[in-house]
Amino acid sequence: MDTFIQTFFNIDIMMQAFPLLMKGAVMTLKLCAVVILCGLTGGLMLALAALSPRRFLRWSAIGFIDLFRALPPLVLLVFVYSGLPFAGIRLAPFWAVVIAFFLNNSAYFAEVFRAGINAVPKGQTEAARATGLSGPQTLIHVVLPQAIRNVLPDLLSNTVEVVKLTSLASVVSLSELLYNANMARSVTYNSSPLVLAAGMYLVLLWPLVRVVSRYQRGLSSSH
Amino acid sequence: MTKPRTMLEIAGLEKSFGEVQVLKSIDLKVQEGELVFVIGPSGSGKSTMLRCCNRLEEPTSGSIFIDGQRITDIPHRDLDRMRLKVGMVFQGFNLYPQMSVLKNVMLAQVKALKRSKAEAEARALEMLDQVGLKHKAGAMPAELSGGQQQRVAIARALALDPQVMLFDEPTSALDPELVGSVLKVMKGLREKGMTMLVVSHEMQFAREAADRVVFMDQGYVAEQGTPEEIFGAPKSERLKTFLSRVSHGDVEAEAD
Repeated sequence: MDTFIQTFFNIDIMMQAFPLLMKGAVMTLKLCAVVILCGLTGGLMLALAALSPRRFLRWSAIGFIDLFRALPPLVLLVFVYSGLPFAGIRLAPFWAVVIAFFLNNSAYFAEVFRAGINAVPKGQTEAARATGLSGPQTLIHVVLPQAIRNVLPDLLSNTVEVVKLTSLASVVSLSELLYNANMARSVTYNSSPLVLAAGMYLVLLWPLVRVVSRYQRGLSSSH
Repeated sequence: MTKPRTMLEIAGLEKSFGEVQVLKSIDLKVQEGELVFVIGPSGSGKSTMLRCCNRLEEPTSGSIFIDGQRITDIPHRDLDRMRLKVGMVFQGFNLYPQMSVLKNVMLAQVKALKRSKAEAEARALEMLDQVGLKHKAGAMPAELSGGQQQRVAIARALALDPQVMLFDEPTSALDPELVGSVLKVMKGLREKGMTMLVVSHEMQFAREAADRVVFMDQGYVAEQGTPEEIFGAPKSERLKTFLSRVSHGDVEAEAD
């Protein structure tokens, strides 16, 4: 029992590793912020393109979404970081991660937005257009507010996935939370930093997960 | 007496959806201040015709004039300005659920007509007052009955000062006891001289309030005249059949 505690819950080692892990957590948050913002923006654009009456635009967007939803994010990341240099494109780990996860995430967010927009009754658009609102005005003031409300739980749970996804960045030696924890583990020959990192992910994500599940319960009980 | 002004004119209007020709050749005129009622079996193209009048539906051929302006050939970028002149009320009300009643009536005033917020709010309250719902300005649409929602939808259209109002089965989605309040608002509008084209199954209302009644069948205007002529002395067999079915209450079942 003592060995178990020494190996996984060694407070001294955790204290030592804490500053390094905090640094990693900050990097993780930075990464999340960039990936989520880019993903949301790109996802919305893709969703609008996928719903466009223009055939070329629509099919390009659908192709993009399908492709990047089917590709495993780790494969994408390794390709962007280790594959592209063969074409002369060498990216810093941070930007490799941002680009790979942006491609993956915007595809996911696009599907969420598309479902949300599709769920807004057609009559809403017709009523707005009949009162002289332009297409973009109708989208901004009438359709999107309803669409986002429709899929808020999905947007949030996708956000949770992004935070978890960023731990893959350790593969390209980006010093985010998992990478730093693993480094601390190898330096101290002790697994406690990993446990601490897991705890920090939990602290980060648990409130979000709570919100999502409360929201989903709230929705289903009001229906 | 001055010559009546033609507010809405439909000439040789045709509309096909793919292979199906819904409107085969429609000619119709609505004078300023007139309330024209369109009746006919479902599938006769009534709603499609109405929706062509603000180009929610693109006509296949033919012309439509609003206050003398041909609206069937104006480019897409000018559609929004044209639609400000043509108010439309839908069967399903289509209020924006995320906005208060007041905001519903203000939105297009501010964004499309570019009125100031203060001006739009004053106008919205005035219109809500006209439909008897000023006290509900702060409510959300979901808190209102269907009849109240439809009256807000009418106020929303009126706030833009349209020259013509189109009503697409405005009472079909309402419980019977709520129909009266909407019809009352429409009667009030007629007294104020609003030009209205109404697709509806409310025959009693057509009898009382319409200046003219148009009977549509299979994509044609099959017969038109005063309410007395249409209801009192129908000429065509098809109109006679339709009226007898309506009086037996079959039309609602058919509309579903």
